[in-house]
Amino acid sequence: MTAARSAPAPQTGGGSHAELARVVREHAGRLAASLVRVTGDFAAAEDLVQDAVVAALRRWPTEGIPQRPDAWLYTVARNRGLDRLRRDANYRTKLAQLQPPASAEPDDRLRLVFTCCHPALPRAAQVALTLRVVCGLTTAQVARAFLVPEATVAQRLTRAKRKITAAGIPYRMPDPDELNDRLHEALTVIYLVLNEGYLPTADHPHARDLVDDADWLAALLHRLMPTEPEVAGLLALVRLHRARAEARFEPDGGLVLLEHQDRSRWDRQAIAEATGLLAAAARRGRPGPYQLQAAIVACHADAERWEDTDWEQVVLLYDMLLHLAPSPVTRLHRAIALRYAAGPDAALAELAPLADALDRYHLFHATLAELLRAVGRPDAARAADRRALGLTANPAERALLRRRIDWSP
Amino acid sequence: MKYVLLFVETESFAEELTALPAEERERAYALAGKWFADHADKLRGGSKLQGPDTATTVRLDGGDAVVTDGPFVEGKEVVSGYAEVEADDLDEVLRMVRTWPGCPLVEIRPVEQ
Repeated sequence: MTAARSAPAPQTGGGSHAELARVVREHAGRLAASLVRVTGDFAAAEDLVQDAVVAALRRWPTEGIPQRPDAWLYTVARNRGLDRLRRDANYRTKLAQLQPPASAEPDDRLRLVFTCCHPALPRAAQVALTLRVVCGLTTAQVARAFLVPEATVAQRLTRAKRKITAAGIPYRMPDPDELNDRLHEALTVIYLVLNEGYLPTADHPHARDLVDDADWLAALLHRLMPTEPEVAGLLALVRLHRARAEARFEPDGGLVLLEHQDRSRWDRQAIAEATGLLAAAARRGRPGPYQLQAAIVACHADAERWEDTDWEQVVLLYDMLLHLAPSPVTRLHRAIALRYAAGPDAALAELAPLADALDRYHLFHATLAELLRAVGRPDAARAADRRALGLTANPAERALLRRRIDWSP
Repeated sequence: MKYVLLFVETESFAEELTALPAEERERAYALAGKWFADHADKLRGGSKLQGPDTATTVRLDGGDAVVTDGPFVEGKEVVSGYAEVEADDLDEVLRMVRTWPGCPLVEIRPVEQ
């Protein structure tokens, strides 16, 4: 599934592509953190790590993953650095002091995350930087995953690194009173990575890798900040999505709605683990949007059958979520739950005030269509489905809407 | 690192300030004054500027210098003052700017070394 990540070279004794991606993820960020600490130069350190990762992706598939991938990456980065900066005596001295990252040293990757997700950087750059610096993705991989030209990603990264240096964006932990806001930035970045990976399609097959990256990033943050309930909440959310991912698609790539999914294909073990993680976070008594979103997904994941869903509980959780983070899209989701808790008329009444805010959102019109059909207004429903069709480019969603327009009463 | 803070006023902010009773306006000025005193260790000078109606702009890109009345951009937001700051990094500047009690916009620009 991570084949897209790797070099096109054949696998000859080099471990699977997934293994390659895993090893790079595990070591690239650590190396970046070490290099930034020693050189004090974020941009230069980042370039060296990228060179080393590109070399690894070229050579490991044929030469095999080395015994000590960290030492291998370090040596390449260091030699590249010496090559490139031969004229800069000061820099050479710093690089010469550089030791391979020892496993005993404290994990600096948290600082790396906070620099990449600094609020003074634009969101798209935060995402690209985090994936490249912390997860060890190449620029080409980031571009493929987000369906953006490679030159665009490269330019975003160059600008962001220039700003980090020029504007003095620090490489350090935020102060305690800043931590909440800064953590929120980092969690938003991971959430965006998850969302982008949520709907892989035939013409966007690399998106699913992003769910692995979101999982890995959330797990890293959770390991480094185990007492932050929102971090655990986001990790649980990622895991709950992954546990059900297989059932969301037909063999031909078609989308299967929650109601029609084959729940025997859900990973019950993973669901139980994620739910446990969420329960432990909730005991800290600091609810937040990610914990609540995960709790809503957990309500669905816990139900043996669609009919067993505890809709009252789902509506209640949406109420709490709206209280913490009001948004028209969340109100739309609450209305969908309300349909099953209180009937389609109640849900329709909830949709009316959202019509302006969500006029350009295909799921608003698709939901409206379903509700209109449920109250016996098929013509209005078909019109709403057509409106939805005009607003989404996702092939799986379009196929589903077309089916409904053609076949529904 | 050295930074320049550009204090930016909006039309509505200026109007609200003018509309305040004299006593409250004095209090607003006092709060700004206290902010400057609180951060004196990082501040390296700066000034409040006179209003945009006093500005003169010289445009040199057309060959001859063209002198016009007014600021270089006609807009609802105008630079109303500046301050130079010496700080370890951007976060330190952000921390102090977050508590700024005056005009509603502050642009932070690092100074070329």
